[in-house]
Amino acid sequence: MLCQEIISGIKKTIPDFSVLSSLQAHPDEISLKINPSFFKEACLALHKIVPSTVMMLFASDERTKSRSFLLSCVFLNSKTGQWIIVNTDIPDENPHFDSLAKNMHSAILFEREIWEMFGIEPKNHPDLRSLNLHDEVWPKGNFPLRKDFKKSTDVTTGEYKFNKVEGRGVFEIPVGPVHAGIIGPGHFRFSVAGEPIINLETRLGFTHRGIEKLFEGKSCFDALRLSECVSGDSSFAHSMAFTHAAEKIAGILLPLQTVTLKAIFLELERLYNHVNDIAGIATDVGFSFPSAYASIIKESLLQLNEKLTHNRYLKNINGIGECSVEINETKKILILDSLKRIKYDFAELVKILFSSVSFMDRVDTTGFLRKKTAEDLGVVGLAGRACGIMMDLRKSYPKIYKEAGFKIAIQTSGDVLARLRIRIAEFDESCRLISEFIKKISDDKPTQTRPELKEGAALGYAEGWRGPVLYWVKTDAQGLIERCKIVDPSFHNWPALSYAVLGNIIPDFPLCNKSFDLSYSGNDL
Amino acid sequence: MRYIIKTRILKGVVTRHMDKNISVEIETMGRELKSLIHKKFGKSLSIREIDTGSCGACESEIISACNPIYDLQRFGINFVASPRHADVLLVTGPVSKNMTVALKKTFEAMPEPKFIITLGDCALDGGIFKDSYYTQSPVNGIFPVACHIPGCPPHPKDIIIGLLTFLKG
Repeated sequence: MLCQEIISGIKKTIPDFSVLSSLQAHPDEISLKINPSFFKEACLALHKIVPSTVMMLFASDERTKSRSFLLSCVFLNSKTGQWIIVNTDIPDENPHFDSLAKNMHSAILFEREIWEMFGIEPKNHPDLRSLNLHDEVWPKGNFPLRKDFKKSTDVTTGEYKFNKVEGRGVFEIPVGPVHAGIIGPGHFRFSVAGEPIINLETRLGFTHRGIEKLFEGKSCFDALRLSECVSGDSSFAHSMAFTHAAEKIAGILLPLQTVTLKAIFLELERLYNHVNDIAGIATDVGFSFPSAYASIIKESLLQLNEKLTHNRYLKNINGIGECSVEINETKKILILDSLKRIKYDFAELVKILFSSVSFMDRVDTTGFLRKKTAEDLGVVGLAGRACGIMMDLRKSYPKIYKEAGFKIAIQTSGDVLARLRIRIAEFDESCRLISEFIKKISDDKPTQTRPELKEGAALGYAEGWRGPVLYWVKTDAQGLIERCKIVDPSFHNWPALSYAVLGNIIPDFPLCNKSFDLSYSGNDL
Repeated sequence: MRYIIKTRILKGVVTRHMDKNISVEIETMGRELKSLIHKKFGKSLSIREIDTGSCGACESEIISACNPIYDLQRFGINFVASPRHADVLLVTGPVSKNMTVALKKTFEAMPEPKFIITLGDCALDGGIFKDSYYTQSPVNGIFPVACHIPGCPPHPKDIIIGLLTFLKG
């Protein structure tokens, strides 16, 4: 899709539409700068013509330069892998914009976030309650992502208002933030009549650590370690998306060797997480043998990571324009041998699960998410593919996936079983991809000089095991980060859980939750 | 069922499948751990884990420490669902503002005698999140901490070593 095509496409719905400027700074990224009065209509038009849900919607504070906030909305053409970014300036006096949320459900949470972090009001938004900065501890009117924000010691006693379901026999079950297992904190409020759940409201933000603010003022080299701590179970996907953005800004083209190494580690991360989720699903139906069996496979994958990189969670190996791991012949043999054993074990695990009638009975048709709902909410990644949404960034980036004959896993039934099947298919596919990639690794080491970071902005992305991890990074003249917006796939997918559990019984909630396995820390940032 | 029995027999005892030196090391530490727990806590040590804003890697390693390879449970350590059943509160994360109340309430709900162990670099002093606007004070600024297990995240073996240090102290 070319820039001109997009503009003429929008003109069909808005005849007097005009663009202030358009720019294609990177081959996969088109940005349009438009007048604030067109912002809403243009975004709604793009939503239909691309077609795409809102992948990112965020603000940045540029008041020192232009006395205005910059508002950006990002769409993805999933067929071509091209990103379209719509930008507009919002004057700093009484900042506001027309809310998109009533016409595009996928914008709701992003707009709530903009309101609480920047104090830019989305007019006519249906729900402006706080998201991450809880009313109980954070005074109102204090916007941390503004550049002139100062830490305050004010105390406050606000209260969060949950939605209420009323009627005879309806009762509420509040759960969390501290849960029974060893997992992250979040609050779930179920409204139940008899056994089935009639409403679930999730309140997250408990692990909010202000990461986006911590990125600011750091050089990309320093910030890299921070990106690994956004979500511990996808630390490589996060660092890969971040380095992708930094590499685009610096104008580095990665040598094939480095791309291949990064892809191998991205797949290794996918392997241990998928098998971990299968263990979790088995635990949540009380089927302990396959659960223990899967955790043995996970442990052997973590030990393989450790042997290759000296780190079980693939931290500290990724770099801007490089990947500081050497894979020699012995390591190649180690990977192939371990994968052979792991694949055998995994096939046994699948047999054990699928030959148990009571297990199949628990997962089949449980936690059903309709494709239409998923599309409206903007569900991405694994959970989306389980409902039939054909989207996987690996189709177009990095290119070596296409060359290796990457096949996207797809299911249509949208239940726990579908998500389980996607995991199984992706596990096998990842094993195959790794053995394909290994053939490409040669002994010569790519020479790499430390890249010069300059002023610029770019969108970095990687298909992590949950779905697309997105980083929008903007640097100043010294190469220091001015703004970094992170979107973990969990942020898109958490609302879907509330729809998937409807009509299910409470004891099936952990099962539904685990089948999505969304990150608390990646969502809360 | 047939598959389960078959694979069970074929797989054998997996705790011995690891590198021999490591298995021996863990066994020795485990025996020491067991005898100390027996002496000080009467047969078992119950731990309640709480995440106060960690990235999730520490939780993953705690779960790994309970898998059939390391199998902390065989040494008498149990991870329990309620703070009311716990002797030790194992805290991960830099304590975000939103979790401060939950952390305090969880600790208050535990019966005496009770101890806090922190796990992971950010639980010690905020670590990489130290300068954030949303972290107030690390755990040791709120409650006395009996022991710290360093690492980002700590290896399951380090978790065992950390628990041993706690029991010896």
